[in-house]
Amino acid sequence: MARKVLVLGEARDGSLRNVSFEAIAAAKTVAEGGEVVGVLIGDSVSSLGNELYHYGADKVVAVEDSKLAQYTPDGYSQALMAVIEQENPEGLVFGHTSLGKDLAPKIASKLDSGLISDAIGVEEAGGNLVFTRPIYSGKAFEKKIVTDGLVFATIRPNNIAPLQKDESKSGEVAAVAAEIKDLRTIIKDVVRKATEGVDLSEAKVVVAGGRGVKSEDGFEPLKELANVLGGAVGASRGACDADYCDYSLQIGQTGKVVTPDLYIAAGISGAIQHLAGMSNSKVIVAINKDPEANIFKVADYGIVGDLFEVIPMLTEEFKKLKVNA
Amino acid sequence: MNIYVLMKRTFDTEEKIAIANGKINEDGAEFIINPYDEYAIEEAIQVRDAQGGEVTVVSVGNEETEKQLRTALAMGADKAVLINIEDDVENGDQFTTAKILAEYLKDKDADLILGGNVAIDGGSGQVAPRVADQLGIPYVTTITKLEINGSTATITRDVEGDSEVIETSLPVLVTAQQGLNEPRYPSLPGIMKAKKKPLDELELDDLDLDEDDVEAKTKTIEIYLPPKKEAGKVLQGDLADQVKELVNLLHTEAKVI
Repeated sequence: MARKVLVLGEARDGSLRNVSFEAIAAAKTVAEGGEVVGVLIGDSVSSLGNELYHYGADKVVAVEDSKLAQYTPDGYSQALMAVIEQENPEGLVFGHTSLGKDLAPKIASKLDSGLISDAIGVEEAGGNLVFTRPIYSGKAFEKKIVTDGLVFATIRPNNIAPLQKDESKSGEVAAVAAEIKDLRTIIKDVVRKATEGVDLSEAKVVVAGGRGVKSEDGFEPLKELANVLGGAVGASRGACDADYCDYSLQIGQTGKVVTPDLYIAAGISGAIQHLAGMSNSKVIVAINKDPEANIFKVADYGIVGDLFEVIPMLTEEFKKLKVNA
Repeated sequence: MNIYVLMKRTFDTEEKIAIANGKINEDGAEFIINPYDEYAIEEAIQVRDAQGGEVTVVSVGNEETEKQLRTALAMGADKAVLINIEDDVENGDQFTTAKILAEYLKDKDADLILGGNVAIDGGSGQVAPRVADQLGIPYVTTITKLEINGSTATITRDVEGDSEVIETSLPVLVTAQQGLNEPRYPSLPGIMKAKKKPLDELELDDLDLDEDDVEAKTKTIEIYLPPKKEAGKVLQGDLADQVKELVNLLHTEAKVI
């Protein structure tokens, strides 16, 4: 059954997040041949429209208003409901990001619809659209279908491959009029603590440190390795609790959930709390002095040794590899 | 101040997970208050102690949920309400739970509603924002700080590691993120007192709802465990050689670099 599916294009620092392109790919599956419509919301966002076309959107619409410069649930839901009224979609796909998690339940409530959160895959099977999602902190998975109403899902970053970028595709960005009013939550201040550079939840490579890093300075070699690999630095709760780094880096059941291609755990024992945030990474490397550390049980490759010796050597080897490539 | 907390009883995910008859095997498993809801309960108690008022903890669940509600009372909540759906709802989803909670809360004139930002079992994080929408009140999710001054609330929320400072007015619904507070353990006198505190039990009927009103919009068709991971390769030999081998393996075998 062909469906019209809306995808929310989410911008951060003036460019679209990868998860928006992944959402287009998911939306193509949900659409089953129907139209995929990219939606942009902000104060000045229509210039981002072409990228949505490059990644497979069939049409792009935008709601622009100075009151939408920052995300608020009221502002964004008013904008999105205006688009929904105009486009009358049968499906919706957002990224399962901070914004998507906050906004999607409100929209689902307004539409009286179900919502499949944090999906890591979607496929057509036996006449149904079947979504896969982790449950019990990633220790099990469920397959879920929609039984009534719209097909609405948020997708976890880094799990659904975007379509091949095609820069020959482009199109118009049609403005949708919406009255944005009565915002009940006002953002007074934003304190940027998170990483400069690569976004941890979308990074292809994560280099994470635990208690074994021993100090704030101990993170420096990890940062260097992450830089060489174009990745992001993360941490275990232990490292955050010990004040070696900011909580914005924490990976785990509390903290961020990441699924990079490569996860390098340095000086992390592998408490269940931490595994919940990274065990679904594609390839896991463990570096730990303790050969009995739990992290080796989930690692694909392990080196028993001092991270302060191993990490700088790794950085050098990767540098050589990059030069030769 | 009239304060409500939305609480879920969850499987302790630190337990070993096994599947029996297509479902997570709950026999003998440990059940707990969802850890994020514990932050919500703690915050509710602290707000009440500072501002006066009453804390009511509400849960949609079954008879077993009484235990976790008693724990919340022992922490210091004043009242508990169990909406027992055991006999009426076989397979609910987030739509179901939110609808029931909103129906219960609609005439309660809550000034402040708190919940956890996500439950560690289902992991959807949908119910609280849905409830706020249905009650027509604003919400702020993943909060790490809450200050109330008269009818104004100044709230800090975690946004993927960054912090937003938000101002809003009551009534408001908030969901707790780690870092909001350190939940207390119930004291022995607290546990004794909790036995005498009111714990009301309601069913759908009492809320003028029937099964059709809350019928799920989604359905789980399969639950499975991830494939058992092969034991990883712990490298051997001279450390410099191990590092070279690792880079080579990541490049040629795993193909991630």
